[in-house]
Amino acid sequence: MIEVQGVTHAIGPAAILRDIDLALPRGALTALIGPNGAGKSTLLRLIGRLEPLQRGRICVDGQDITRTPTADLARRLAILGQNTGIASRLRVRELVSFGRWPHCHGRPTPRDRSAVAAALQMFDLEPLADRFLDELSGGQAQRARVAMTVAQETDWLLLDEPLNNLDLAHARSLLAQVAAMAGQGGRGAVIVLHDINHAAAWADHVVALKHGRVHAQGPADAVLTERVLSELYETKLSVVQHAGRPLVLHHHAA
Amino acid sequence: MLWVLAGLLAVACTVWMFQGLGDTRRGFLLGLRGTRLAGLLILGTATGVATVLFQTIAANRILTPSMMGFDSLFGLVQVALVAAVGAGGLSTLDGVARFWLALGAMLVLALLLFAPLLGRGGRDVPRMILTGLILGVLFRSLAGFMTRVMDPNAFAVVQGLSAASLTRIDPAVLPWAGAITASSGIAALVLAPQLDVLALGRSSAVSLGLRVRAMTLGGLALVALMTAAGTAMAGSVAAGSPIGGSAAFFGLIAAGLARGLTGSVRHAALVPGAALSAALVMVIGQVVFERVLGLAGTLSVVIEFVGGLFFLYLLLKGRLR
Amino acid sequence: MSLPLTLVSVALVPLTLASLATGAADVDLMSAAHDPQAALVLMQSRLPRTLAVVLTGAALALAGVLVQSLVRNRFVGPDTTGTAEGAALGLLAMTIYAPAAPVWVKMLVASLAALGTTALFLTIIRRLPAREIMLVPITGLVVSGVLGAVVSFLAWQADLIQQIGIWLGSGEFSGVLAGRYELLWLAGAAAGLAWFSADRFAILALGDGVATGLGLDTAAVMRLGLLVVAVVTATVVATVGMVPFLGLVVPNIVARIMGDNLRASLPLVAAAGAALLLACDLAARLLVRPYELPVGMILGVVGSLLFLTLLHLRPARG
Repeated sequence: MIEVQGVTHAIGPAAILRDIDLALPRGALTALIGPNGAGKSTLLRLIGRLEPLQRGRICVDGQDITRTPTADLARRLAILGQNTGIASRLRVRELVSFGRWPHCHGRPTPRDRSAVAAALQMFDLEPLADRFLDELSGGQAQRARVAMTVAQETDWLLLDEPLNNLDLAHARSLLAQVAAMAGQGGRGAVIVLHDINHAAAWADHVVALKHGRVHAQGPADAVLTERVLSELYETKLSVVQHAGRPLVLHHHAA
Repeated sequence: MLWVLAGLLAVACTVWMFQGLGDTRRGFLLGLRGTRLAGLLILGTATGVATVLFQTIAANRILTPSMMGFDSLFGLVQVALVAAVGAGGLSTLDGVARFWLALGAMLVLALLLFAPLLGRGGRDVPRMILTGLILGVLFRSLAGFMTRVMDPNAFAVVQGLSAASLTRIDPAVLPWAGAITASSGIAALVLAPQLDVLALGRSSAVSLGLRVRAMTLGGLALVALMTAAGTAMAGSVAAGSPIGGSAAFFGLIAAGLARGLTGSVRHAALVPGAALSAALVMVIGQVVFERVLGLAGTLSVVIEFVGGLFFLYLLLKGRLR
Repeated sequence: MSLPLTLVSVALVPLTLASLATGAADVDLMSAAHDPQAALVLMQSRLPRTLAVVLTGAALALAGVLVQSLVRNRFVGPDTTGTAEGAALGLLAMTIYAPAAPVWVKMLVASLAALGTTALFLTIIRRLPAREIMLVPITGLVVSGVLGAVVSFLAWQADLIQQIGIWLGSGEFSGVLAGRYELLWLAGAAAGLAWFSADRFAILALGDGVATGLGLDTAAVMRLGLLVVAVVTATVVATVGMVPFLGLVVPNIVARIMGDNLRASLPLVAAAGAALLLACDLAARLLVRPYELPVGMILGVVGSLLFLTLLHLRPARG
């Protein structure tokens, strides 16, 4: 379980997050949703200790992240930030192998090699494994970054808009893989999702942020309702059921 | 404002000429000081106007011709000429003839090298700047290299050339450099309305019917001429400096002052403003450092320091575009 | 051993032999075993010079890789980040205020000063817009120029301007004799140590987010990198003077061939740095025989041409 208690965050004079209290369950795919500027990425980066915590407390499986050595945390939690472009000239296999660094510190064991191979296979990267990142398309490079995060084989996986640049099939496959990982081994995944219907299709648990506060949280069925979402986005939305899942419609003003 | 600047300049020039003038050898001293003053004014005017023109052509207020390697190119051209003449058996080529030859070569090379660079630069300004900076290093290194490799006689000539500072101006070249600077400056004034349009940016200028390409080439030619005239006064820059030393920043300071003092974006004010403020800084700087502080050699270092900080300030303020 | 590394290593052999065989005195080095005169020349002059060139080339190229991963920018080197000027500032201060201090104290002060100015440069570039990668090298050149102006001004006051010409000039190996280059072993050792942290520097170059996510103590790695770069640069500045462009172009060329998996590429960087400097030093000695050019002058031409090419090549494919 990831517990967030009383987290408040400001950048300069601008308040980004106010008094966030959350409990994110294991064994579930949690989607962070909300309008632009709601503080989704900041919250994810705070949990992944990419930003220093200003106020409040965050615990991962009972351990306070500010007191846990960063190297230990890297074996419990893997985070993929939004793509800022990697300037290094690395081959795909080399990049994914760096995901094993928290475990092997540069001395890979057979166990590490098999983890890398599995991650490459999981994201269709085997044919590209020996190509340099800077000769791949945006979507291929994005898959390589996700594969690196997955190769870290942590209990928690935090992904910030991982579907950027991905085509429909790969986006779907990525979410399916992550949902399966979260569901099977009692691990957990937290994903910032831009498209509400990706959350509707795959998330078990949903946290909706608005203006830096928690607007709603709970099981997907409880949060993804017409009333909650229309308020969240300040837009009239309708929610229908499709194949046993909610589907959000917003194409025409009702 | 321009009249104030002109008045200040006149005062500074008077101080330069008559301060501490003893009773003996007045005529000789006045002649000496007059020559150097002329050199200072030519260098200042040429650098100031060339910088304003160049910044307009490059659509950028942080660049100077010297930063992009213009004066290093002139230095290289001069060295190459001496080497070529030496190899051709003509052991002597007088200063004026060499100046004209170098000027012609400079004009051609500057247009060939910088017109394409600036033409493409609209899209990737930082890459263009970096290219210019490194071109400057290349020219200076090549000049240094040729100087060392050429035969001893030619070497002596070149040493005289590159050491030519404002203390040792060739009086024969002076009037020609002055004439070139003055006529280029007047040309810039005549072209001021067109330059104003060019400063709006490439696409606006095209849509307003300006012949942008011709204007760019003409402007670059003026910049090359004035750089050559100024460099002939100040000597080519030392080889070691990564950014062209004080010359690179002197123009930046002058153009910055002109923009600040005139508060105008019109070239009818900017061109004379830059000429006057550059000449003023040059003369006051020399008076203060040479006569008051007795640190003649350190003026260029101080200009490099102040100008460098000003450049960083502009960069961090996001004034690149 | 990878193919490029093998090729460069093989090329190093004739370059080294040529370097040993070149010099003012006309001696047959093959006879060094029984001719005491030849042995003296070899041990006192030729070998020290060749070693100095190899150590400087390898160390500066490695320092270049480290600077580039600290700055996360390919277009910088230890000569364009204010590092060399900082070292010269430290050396200048020691020459003025404590000329009698032992060499190791002078080196310590020079390294600390180099560390300080490099850290200053890193602070400045943090404020630049992140996407403008070309602004970083431009800022580096200007910061180096401003610091250089400070150094020149102080040196002028102390009548030490000639000394600055040697430190920041362009690398001068003609004065290398046994007893006057050994500090360079320190530079070589410091740069060699970096290999043990190659993975850390490679991860650092991936960006703060990725590095923190992988549990890397980024601040510690930054400190280590800064320290190595400062020590290498200070040592080179104090012994043979800063050599331009080497730390900039060699890592770039190697990265185009082998990529940035530093554990694999650092040996090639070191070998290529040594080979390039050996070749330039040979050219400097042979072009105007019996005189000699400063090697930095050759590198100024070769290096700026290489740099311009790299700047305008399309990003590497394949």
